[in-house]
Amino acid sequence: MSREIRAERESRDGERGAATRCDQREHLEKRTENEVNREQRPASREVRADGGEPTAYDSDVEAAIREDQPALITYITAGDPSLKDTKAYVEALDRGGSDLIELGLPFSEPIAEGSTIQAAINRALDAGTTPEGFFELVADLETEAPLLVMTYYNMILQYGDEPDVRPFVERAAEAGLSGIIVPDLPAEEAGPLREACDDNGLDLVFIIAPTTEGERLDQIMSQVSGFAYVQARLGTTGARANVSGATHDSLARLSEYDVPKAVGFGVSKGDHAAEIIEAGADGVIVGSALVDIIAEHSSAGSGTESQNIASSDDPSDAVDALEAKAQELKRGARRGADTVTVDPEERPEPEQP
Amino acid sequence: MSTERERDGESESGRTGTFGDYGGQYVPEALMPAVQELEDAYQRYVLENEDGFMDEFRERLRDFGGRPTPLQRADRLSERYDREVYLKREDLVHGGAHKLNNALGQVLLAKYMGKERIIAETGAGQHGTATAMAAAHLDMPCEIYMGRTDVNRQRPNVYRMRMNGAEVNPVEAGSGTLKEAINETMRDWATTVERTHYVIGSVVGPHPFPKMVRDFQAVIGDEVRKQIQEKAGRLPDSVVACAGGGSNTMGAFHAFVPDEAVDLYAVEAGGSSLEIDEEEGLAPNSATLSTGTDGVLHGAMTKLLQSTDGQIMESHSVSAGLDYAGVGPELSHLVETGRVTPASVDDEDALNGFHRLSRLEGIIPALESSHALGYLEEEHETLGDLVVVNVSGRGDKDLETVLEETETRDLVAAPDVEVFDG
Ligand SMILES: Cc1ncc(COP(=O)(O)O)c(C=O)c1O
Repeated sequence: MSREIRAERESRDGERGAATRCDQREHLEKRTENEVNREQRPASREVRADGGEPTAYDSDVEAAIREDQPALITYITAGDPSLKDTKAYVEALDRGGSDLIELGLPFSEPIAEGSTIQAAINRALDAGTTPEGFFELVADLETEAPLLVMTYYNMILQYGDEPDVRPFVERAAEAGLSGIIVPDLPAEEAGPLREACDDNGLDLVFIIAPTTEGERLDQIMSQVSGFAYVQARLGTTGARANVSGATHDSLARLSEYDVPKAVGFGVSKGDHAAEIIEAGADGVIVGSALVDIIAEHSSAGSGTESQNIASSDDPSDAVDALEAKAQELKRGARRGADTVTVDPEERPEPEQP
Repeated sequence: MSTERERDGESESGRTGTFGDYGGQYVPEALMPAVQELEDAYQRYVLENEDGFMDEFRERLRDFGGRPTPLQRADRLSERYDREVYLKREDLVHGGAHKLNNALGQVLLAKYMGKERIIAETGAGQHGTATAMAAAHLDMPCEIYMGRTDVNRQRPNVYRMRMNGAEVNPVEAGSGTLKEAINETMRDWATTVERTHYVIGSVVGPHPFPKMVRDFQAVIGDEVRKQIQEKAGRLPDSVVACAGGGSNTMGAFHAFVPDEAVDLYAVEAGGSSLEIDEEEGLAPNSATLSTGTDGVLHGAMTKLLQSTDGQIMESHSVSAGLDYAGVGPELSHLVETGRVTPASVDDEDALNGFHRLSRLEGIIPALESSHALGYLEEEHETLGDLVVVNVSGRGDKDLETVLEETETRDLVAAPDVEVFDG
């Protein structure tokens, strides 16, 4: 293994020390610590891919979620069923009101995904999606919403000649991505990637699970950049019929941290978005419900047996459906925000059934 | 146990549990608290024997598990190879494989931790069987995930798991082998983590699994060390064990790692060829230590069969228990530092090894273990005068596969299998 990785491992231990320093502090102090942490980031966000001025917020990801609250964050898998279709789909989601868009770079062992996204990943891999093809797609996209890549750690490590996170991060920044989400990379192992992201002006988004509590929660929240990805329920991704009670508990637990919070895992309808925003989230994240739309319009079927399927039956139908779904979700989120902003005193009595 | 830790030969780099560059904890955030809780339980119960955990474990290993297993001199193999060959008879452990050592340890630990439910993955079905037996023995509900291909090629074990009250969930994804079963078990764990313990089946996965499983399996090498000194009056020149994930390997090797004079051979499945098909994402072998590259799979940095892009390959072996694209991080480290020699034996030589041991010694070995015996046949001249081969399990579960595979081949060591027809 490379000397770089060894050096990164060593530097990680230093960072762990830094993370534990905040253990004993009171919650209130954590906000300032967050700010300090961010200011200390080398090169901060000056190295933005578009060369623009840094915004009032630390990053364009944070700006997108804070400025257009409630924020809609959408996910689809790149290359499902082809990279060409993905371009049209992403642009539809952008028009539909997405404030941030996550693009999945497919990995063969997606242990955090449910069956919907796993099937999408299989379709994308069957269609021959590669990291390089993915980056070319990203460079070619014209969206208002900043783009994040969601992928597994091995995909990041293997980009380049030997296991090292830097080539991937550099290429991601060059292609115009604004951040990275890695479902199998807990904060403890994230040191090398965080450093590379800091050096390249990318956000590294951490997931907060229903099981994340106490000191561990403090430590992760002090390292969050962009936003905290609040996992709505235990388990894997996948559209669900209702919003989990765990969402409300998690948002209550997180309310004292001044970090943007977006809730994902299971969100599929405008009503869910409303409920989540009303419960105190700054944004909602929707993936499987959108992937379902793509699957419905795709001749690739389940994906597991498909070979060489490179385009959908009628991409324009899927494009329209995705745009409409994004609009529904965004409207739902706004409805939730309106309910929150109404003074509780003036809130109309609920109608009697 | 504490002295064993000192002869680890591993570099302890803080709390993530790494072996040199390998290991770590690459799991979804939802699982991190569980992994840390397990780390704490491992420290207290296994390393410090809190509440007499290790005493109870050893007692149950003896009375329920049938330990210690014999170290048997193989008279006809010794004659054939003109050196002293000893067999460590893990096939005689209850359930028919070394897997019970670990399964019993972990199910008992789950009980001490107050968990209510056991899940596990299985390849050959031996780990699933061992876990189902341990769970029945300790009265814990148990569910086993098993790839569809493996369900089909290891039927007797599917029945045994169900006899012991476990539910068996076939996994349809991918090539339906161990890798997919692990993915699915991790998903279950991520959903039910608060009350469920995942009994991982080998020295793989996030820390503390690789160390903990090794410690439960270290009983193999500890016994060999004592037994060989009683029987031969000295340490062996070499220890040979097959490696899938590497648990019987690490179990057999651990006690000898500090003894530089003892050569350690980890024999993997060479399948039909060591060449990989990048285009198709296929490795017609499971020889991770010999041909793999560094990466992260199933919670740890280790050696993997992967494409240059980082996609994990479908592996292959005639033996389900070796059919895995990864390997334990500690073995990767020991190979990287030159302490363990990686080797591989192809399907055909393994099948010959199976028939040869059955015919010459009256022991029907698991197809997994047959790889170690195939290596003995090929390379005995380099193994020294005193050789220990770990027979990790018995081959009853493999009879159907062996008959099928033997019919299609011209195997030097095979009996005439025609007679089995009809
Ligand atoms: C008898 C036997 N030996 C070996 C193995 C391979 O596993 P490991 O390398 O963890 O010992 C298995 C796995 O199922 C097995 O059943």
